[in-house]
Amino acid sequence: MKTNGGAALIKALELEGVDVIFGLPGGAILPVYDPIIDSPIRHILVRHEQGAGHMAEGYAHATGRPGVAMVTSGPAATNIITPLADAYMDSVPMVVITGQVGTAGIGTDAFQEVDTVGITRSVTKHNELVTNAADIPRVVREAFHIATTGRPGPVLIDIPKDLVDPTNPNSALDWYWPDSVDLAGYNPRLEGDPALIKDAAQLIVAAQRPVLYAGGGILKARAAESLLALAELLDIPVVTTLMARGAVPDDHPLCLGMPGMHGNYTAVTAMQESDLLIALGSRFDDRVTGKLDAFAANAKIIHVDIDPAELGKVRRPDVGITGDCRLVINELITALKQIGAPEVQPDRSSWKSTISGWQEKYPLAYVQSEPGDLLKPQYVLEQLRDNTPDDCIVASGVGQHQMWTAQYWKFNHPYTWINSGGLGTMGFAVPAAIGAKVGRPDRMVWAVDGDGCFQMTAQELVTAAAERIPVKIAILNNAYLGMVRQWQEMFYEERYSEVYLSPDLPDYKMWAEAMGCVGMRVESPEDVLPAIQRANEVDDRPVVIDFRTDAREKVFPMVPAGKSNSDIVVGPEDVR
Amino acid sequence: MSSGTRHHILSVLVENKPGVLARVSGLFARRGFNIFSLAVAPTDDPTRSRITIVVDVESAPLEQITKQLDKLINVLQIDELAPVDAVERELMIVTVTVSAESKPELLSLTEEYSGVVLDEAGDRITVSLGGTPEALDAFTARMGAAVVGYQRTGRIALPRIV
Repeated sequence: MKTNGGAALIKALELEGVDVIFGLPGGAILPVYDPIIDSPIRHILVRHEQGAGHMAEGYAHATGRPGVAMVTSGPAATNIITPLADAYMDSVPMVVITGQVGTAGIGTDAFQEVDTVGITRSVTKHNELVTNAADIPRVVREAFHIATTGRPGPVLIDIPKDLVDPTNPNSALDWYWPDSVDLAGYNPRLEGDPALIKDAAQLIVAAQRPVLYAGGGILKARAAESLLALAELLDIPVVTTLMARGAVPDDHPLCLGMPGMHGNYTAVTAMQESDLLIALGSRFDDRVTGKLDAFAANAKIIHVDIDPAELGKVRRPDVGITGDCRLVINELITALKQIGAPEVQPDRSSWKSTISGWQEKYPLAYVQSEPGDLLKPQYVLEQLRDNTPDDCIVASGVGQHQMWTAQYWKFNHPYTWINSGGLGTMGFAVPAAIGAKVGRPDRMVWAVDGDGCFQMTAQELVTAAAERIPVKIAILNNAYLGMVRQWQEMFYEERYSEVYLSPDLPDYKMWAEAMGCVGMRVESPEDVLPAIQRANEVDDRPVVIDFRTDAREKVFPMVPAGKSNSDIVVGPEDVR
Repeated sequence: MSSGTRHHILSVLVENKPGVLARVSGLFARRGFNIFSLAVAPTDDPTRSRITIVVDVESAPLEQITKQLDKLINVLQIDELAPVDAVERELMIVTVTVSAESKPELLSLTEEYSGVVLDEAGDRITVSLGGTPEALDAFTARMGAAVVGYQRTGRIALPRIV
């Protein structure tokens, strides 16, 4: 069948099962926007290309399916680089299509030309400049395969305008659809080495103080059930990193919660004191380890990851297993049972009582505000947590509000927590929440945002209002770049440099209303719950609540940068 | 010019496509590692190229780079060649000034190193010679200050037949 590159691109996306594209048209991608009119694929018109990328990420986080964004060349391509880098750091499956100037114009400094594959090479799992219209179906097929298999990640396809413009002979091709993908240099290993799995099982049953260190790879591998089965079989506690919150329910007795720079005392200290860390889809990030040579110094390491480059990258494992977490955990369970687990394990009752002692002695805590004072952000989060459905999806930006959400929310289901972990992208929350709601319209979706973050991507609430995507945004408005303020207070002798934002410039309520949302402002504790209840009832437009919070409140516990996790600061009274 | 002990030789088989060299070299550049020499050409299969990279780096970061290289979709195979386990060759062309007295000496040295004269005019001669990097270093050292033009290809290498 004779066709053209633009029609072939849309057809290929349909065959990949794409149901929504987040995008914004422009010159070079214009021909592709014509066949979209006749396609069943929903297109969501964003207000800024960065929004398209983060929406695609939010969609992917919430559904497990690859998010798709499409934008034009030049400034549109540069605007979507931040989401690409974000998705690359957090292993989010995403396919981004960029228009490019026509093949004859490439390299001539043509209007809206940038070297898109050149500048995105280090922030994509793979990218490809299409040079022949006949390659389009194959390249699309390969892009989705690469984005979604192995360690997931973003793939970018850059397509020159002449190859998709039906009036240009360069766009002509005979339609085909590859039965399979043939990539000689890409064969992710899924099955773990059986001998190494046996070695791991032996280490586990010999350990006195083991901890399961679950990372985002658990969620990417759809391994939450397997992880829980492993933890329950062995009666071993689990920490869930920032990227793995919800992988094990927070209300499960074996779940210790989040480790790391702002992790809770028990999760941090259990890792620090353990004699065996079983790292599953986690990557020994500096925000988890603290000072590296002091991290879990007496622990042996079992490290399972689908990406062999992660094994030994930061901490050399005693047993390193390349493979898919779900498959490897299942094999590990079999191997453990074969050697007599759980009965053959040593008596770990003193380790368990040590852990429960820490939990009792060092719970997360804050002091409720005095009458007339601004709200405590933790109180707002507790109210939000307790007055939304158990399976509510919550997205966040980056900073104090993100850490408080990760600490105070109860994540009892996988895929209910969406945030920017590795790149730490301020402004992630609003577009990511919109993408999540598009992917999971059956779920309530809240974004917890900071006032600094909100100002970076708020324009996408116009998109959400226009498209009737009823996300809810809680701004913890402390009038500051709060995390930076916290560091300046603690480490720069309270010399506050360029962190003040003002609580009412802009007026968030009016801004929300101007964008077609319901806007509210809450200043006292008794108004928190009624505002949340009112927001929960709105289902035809977005809601923004401006919660006025106390700027003096800091995130604790905290392991100061460069310090050992053993130097964890539990609360303000502990600051030296 | 000399081959130091921290040199590692990577032989990387890749798809012969635009941009692949940039992907490979970018992984070194990102970490601030200098590529000492680089040779790229298609193999007997024209859809594939072999990149021979000599890099000055400690073993631990090299292992990480090798693993990252292996993740590139267009990279098919990576072998690290220890100098003792590999045969290496490099090609050099060099222009030297000669006098009536030194010319016979140059010609005999060139013959000794199995080189050939490529060009000759006035008091200058350009010779080419192929050999191990060490042999080329030795030849160059003996030419000393007479060298006025100098170009080497970067080494190519294959594993020894065992």
